[in-house]
Amino acid sequence: MPELLTPQMNKTVSQLLLKEVVRLSKQFQHKFNRLPAFMEVCGSHTMALARTGVKKALQNDIRLISGPGCPVCVTDQSIIDAMISLTDGENRIICTFGDMMRVPGSDGTLMQAKTEGNDIRVVYSPVDAVRVAEQHPEKEVIFLGIGFETTIPILAAAIKEAEEKRILNFSMWMSTKLVEPILRYLLDYDDLALDGFLLPGHVSMVMGRKHFEFLAEEYRLPAVISGFEAVDLLSSLRQLLLLALAERPLVMNNYQNVVTEDGNTHAKHWMNHYFSLCDEAWRGIGSIPNSGMDIRKEYEQWDAKKKFSVLAKRPRKTKCRCGEIIRGLIEPPECALFAKACTPLHPVGPCMVSSEGSCAAYFQYMREE
Amino acid sequence: MERITLAHGDGGELAHQLIQQLFVAHFHHDAFVKFDAALLSIEKGKLAITTDSFVVKPLFFPGGNIGKLAVVGTVNDLAVSGAIPKAITCGFILEEGFPISDLKRIVQSMAEEAQKIGVAIVAGDTKVVERGAADGIYINTTGIGIVEEPLVPSFQEGDSVIISGSVGDHGITIFAARGELGLMTNLTSDCAALSPMISQATKASKQIRIMRDPTRGGLATALVEICEDFQLTIELSEDAIPIKREVEGACDLLGFDPLYLANEGKVIFIVAKEDEQKVLQAIRSREEGKEAAVIGTVRATEKGQLLLRTPLGTTRRLYRLTGLLLPRIC
Repeated sequence: MPELLTPQMNKTVSQLLLKEVVRLSKQFQHKFNRLPAFMEVCGSHTMALARTGVKKALQNDIRLISGPGCPVCVTDQSIIDAMISLTDGENRIICTFGDMMRVPGSDGTLMQAKTEGNDIRVVYSPVDAVRVAEQHPEKEVIFLGIGFETTIPILAAAIKEAEEKRILNFSMWMSTKLVEPILRYLLDYDDLALDGFLLPGHVSMVMGRKHFEFLAEEYRLPAVISGFEAVDLLSSLRQLLLLALAERPLVMNNYQNVVTEDGNTHAKHWMNHYFSLCDEAWRGIGSIPNSGMDIRKEYEQWDAKKKFSVLAKRPRKTKCRCGEIIRGLIEPPECALFAKACTPLHPVGPCMVSSEGSCAAYFQYMREE
Repeated sequence: MERITLAHGDGGELAHQLIQQLFVAHFHHDAFVKFDAALLSIEKGKLAITTDSFVVKPLFFPGGNIGKLAVVGTVNDLAVSGAIPKAITCGFILEEGFPISDLKRIVQSMAEEAQKIGVAIVAGDTKVVERGAADGIYINTTGIGIVEEPLVPSFQEGDSVIISGSVGDHGITIFAARGELGLMTNLTSDCAALSPMISQATKASKQIRIMRDPTRGGLATALVEICEDFQLTIELSEDAIPIKREVEGACDLLGFDPLYLANEGKVIFIVAKEDEQKVLQAIRSREEGKEAAVIGTVRATEKGQLLLRTPLGTTRRLYRLTGLLLPRIC
């Protein structure tokens, strides 16, 4: 939608929407005697809300709570440590998404391991890691597979490629997460008091609108699937407010040029073909049953967990509160380390490193001092 | 294919041949070529000296190559300091096995670019290292220029901030050219000598306070540095900053911010409000400055903060670049 607007129209429309959102929020406050509270589930939304100024413009009108949507941030420290210690082996090439490079493990980062001479490469798609394996048949190439439903089909595509070309020196150490189980966990166990969800555009592109109907049907909460521009975010917040005001729990699709009712059935097919549900450890929460996907037994020759073993270490304790931040329990400045001991150059926790992390978004776009 | 060998760097016969047939043939030389140093006569004014090393990967990219970059990068540092570029030196570090045909292409574009700008390449050096000890070719250039009328950085509230064109083109072009993206773009690097455009601008106004070329770290980092160096508060209008659609799209995909991406052919001008339009016209009269725009204002001559006003009307503070994974961009 926004690309059809000229910059000037975009500006006018977003300013009008902002006024409307503020007006609806006042109505909400009048009716319920409190600020409306919405959670944005997706890390890219967290970034976009900060970057576009929407969050700041609405700071007195809506409590926007950042949810568990940054893949690196929600990954338990024990998994991060295991992934980093994979670099210890001889004759290996580790391929990873760029976000992982500076994530602090209990014993240094991938970036440090690279400086020490380990072969660690940033790739933009796991399929590129399969190519690396093809070019280096003498080495074991391991991809660090982190991500939500947006990424899982691309991980499946990599295994499909490796299977078709019989590339056996490629494998993946997976730690993927699913959105539905974590939302259920937050709603069942955490004291959040939400009035609705801003749902992730990209995850919905894969999973479809219907996938999120449980929010309305079981939890009686409205939810709106949103795009990433200021106009998208504001019009989605407007819809959320209208639904919350009318006390109508509905899941609406406000990203219609990208998201369909059933999502990408092709992508879903290949996800389920190569992967099956597994328990996953979430940062600050622990293991949640069936909250992730891992490689099926039939394809275990590409499963790095079956091929390599790592020494389990006890994660180093820090005062980092990423675990509470990803659950929406606190805001980044409430952590004593924020912008002091913990900065993007010297991050203590993943939320400060990842391009989708709440602390990084706050540090980059919302700090005033 | 002819390739560079260690003997090309040993100072003996092969080295002599390379220098005579390639470097001397393409670069400036005159009677003084027999000395170990170039001798230059200077007119009045102050000497400006700058140096820069170039390690860009890939060596050839849409809109330029490491040789063109090595000339314009150094010339631009002179030009934004208010100097007229006169001479540059170049040092090559070559990897054993580097194709001589590639070296020729690089040297030719250095010579072409130098000639266009009217700057002489007056001295050089070549070293060859073993295969694996460098990545093809690295170039260092040092530039000398003469400043006749130094800029006076006396800022006033209300001064205008101008950028000479769209930002982030070079960064995304290099990134796409590495082929790591699987992304096709029609973008070309903005890599260009800025001295002709700058001389137009300085002719049009005597009230240009400062010029900077926003290379590594991008527009935001360059402006943060100006704000800190001169204790200014500058406010930018986000929707006034020219950014190409393709750059914006690639940034969305990769999680980059175009304000932090490298440029190699852009200038930031801070100029008195009353001369804003004159300078803008002068820049726009050049091809490389066609998309120039006024992007902000000096709000105060204290504090040292760079602010960005979003289209929604909120402002946020911009900081230096922190930790972007884009090495070897120039």
